[in-house]
Amino acid sequence: MIEFRNVNKVYEAGNRALEGVSLRIEDGEFVFLVGPSGSGKSTIIKLLTAELEPTSGSIEVNGYKLETIKKRQIPYMRRTVGVIFQDFRLIENKTVFENVAYGMRIVGASGKEIKARVPYVLDLVGLENRGRRFPHELSGGEQQRVAIARALVNNPAMIVADEPTGNLDPQRSYEIMMLLESINALGTTVMVVTHERELVNRFTKRVIAIQDGRVINDGMDGYYINEEN
Amino acid sequence: MIVHGFMSFAAVCVTVACLVIIGSFSLIIYNLSIFVSDMEQQNRILVYVDETYDTAEAKSVGSRINLVENVREAEFMSREEAGRRFIEQQGGGEAYDGIDASTFRDRIIVTLEDNSKMEETVQQIREIQGVASISDRPELAEGFTTIQRILDIASAAIIIVLLVVSLFMISNTIKLAMYDRRDEIAIMKMIGATNRFIRFPYFVEGFLIGLISGVVAFFLEWGLYNLLDARITEMQSLQLFSITPFREILLPVAVVFGVTGLFVGMFGSVMSIRKFLDV
Repeated sequence: MIEFRNVNKVYEAGNRALEGVSLRIEDGEFVFLVGPSGSGKSTIIKLLTAELEPTSGSIEVNGYKLETIKKRQIPYMRRTVGVIFQDFRLIENKTVFENVAYGMRIVGASGKEIKARVPYVLDLVGLENRGRRFPHELSGGEQQRVAIARALVNNPAMIVADEPTGNLDPQRSYEIMMLLESINALGTTVMVVTHERELVNRFTKRVIAIQDGRVINDGMDGYYINEEN
Repeated sequence: MIVHGFMSFAAVCVTVACLVIIGSFSLIIYNLSIFVSDMEQQNRILVYVDETYDTAEAKSVGSRINLVENVREAEFMSREEAGRRFIEQQGGGEAYDGIDASTFRDRIIVTLEDNSKMEETVQQIREIQGVASISDRPELAEGFTTIQRILDIASAAIIIVLLVVSLFMISNTIKLAMYDRRDEIAIMKMIGATNRFIRFPYFVEGFLIGLISGVVAFFLEWGLYNLLDARITEMQSLQLFSITPFREILLPVAVVFGVTGLFVGMFGSVMSIRKFLDV
């Protein structure tokens, strides 16, 4: 569960990124966080992964209260949130299998556990035959699937996808969304941050719209802000 | 474990170069110090005993000199021995045949612990009953003391400067290697790796860089030292200056190189990674 209570964020340069943001995402939900560039979406992700601290307000992520969290607890909080990025962020000199297994190694999983879990997750994202390939040998869509597999491998309570389809063509984008929807169907909370209106409107999901650092809409009506507005 | 081979290789090269430079300089200073110290030891005080004293009494003067603070050794030389040595030094021959031992005086050859205190020590010896006169060369002793002090200060200053420069160079090289890996570290942090987990491979890598650097630098130093030894022996036929054989200082040099290499490697790695962990 994620809860933002009246969160404000002002950067050192004086830019106000968020203003009085309050939102709550329950376990098992699928939510789109939408808004134009510079609206504050990325700030929300950085806040909920504890990359940034809010100027005021409180944030709770999967039971961790971020205003009081100790530095050494942050890695453990992050393990409850699988983050997927637009640029995939895979380790180039590791194979697909090793990239996914890496997520398990950091939590101290044994070799036996890794050998059992990684093929299962690769199968889930449709990459069962790509384990020995290196990231540069894969298409963009496949690389994003590897990133999803890595985010999923430790069975996190939540997946946060930051513009996961930004580097993909419409067909691959739709496939990735379908994959995230199937992951959500298995019980994982999914939050997708995007500015792709058409894609959002193809799914009937909760949409939280942000503009100028404020939540301007939160509902199931597929509302989307036009960047030109 | 060593992920980015070239940067690690660069770190090893820089560490080896720094260790060899500091090591060579330290060994040169060490040998110069020994040389100066040897020269200093040769600067002895000659104490002449009252000529009315017989051998037993003269020896007792030597025993009393031995009790003076700062006296390392007081060696007795009889007038007969002194005469024999004098004739030997002059090349012998008939001209010296008639010289009687009584022409010479019994004497005590005194070696000091610290030549910088020569004046006070000579004064104390002078006060001992039976001491007729003293032959000392305070200006020479002072000269050696000054040289030794200059060597000490210069070597300490230069070694500190070299060490700081080395640490700076090594730390920068390792930082460059870390910078090369900042994306990887950021990914690790994002997927929930603890700082300890991230540091560990870099710590091991630092250990290996340090160990390899220490070993390579040690053998390189050994080779250079022996080369220098051979050149010095070849250059001077009189053997006025000889350097300590490497085998005699092998163990301390190996320990210093090993410990410094390991310290610099591990400390450099762990310190350099700190700023990249703050994500």
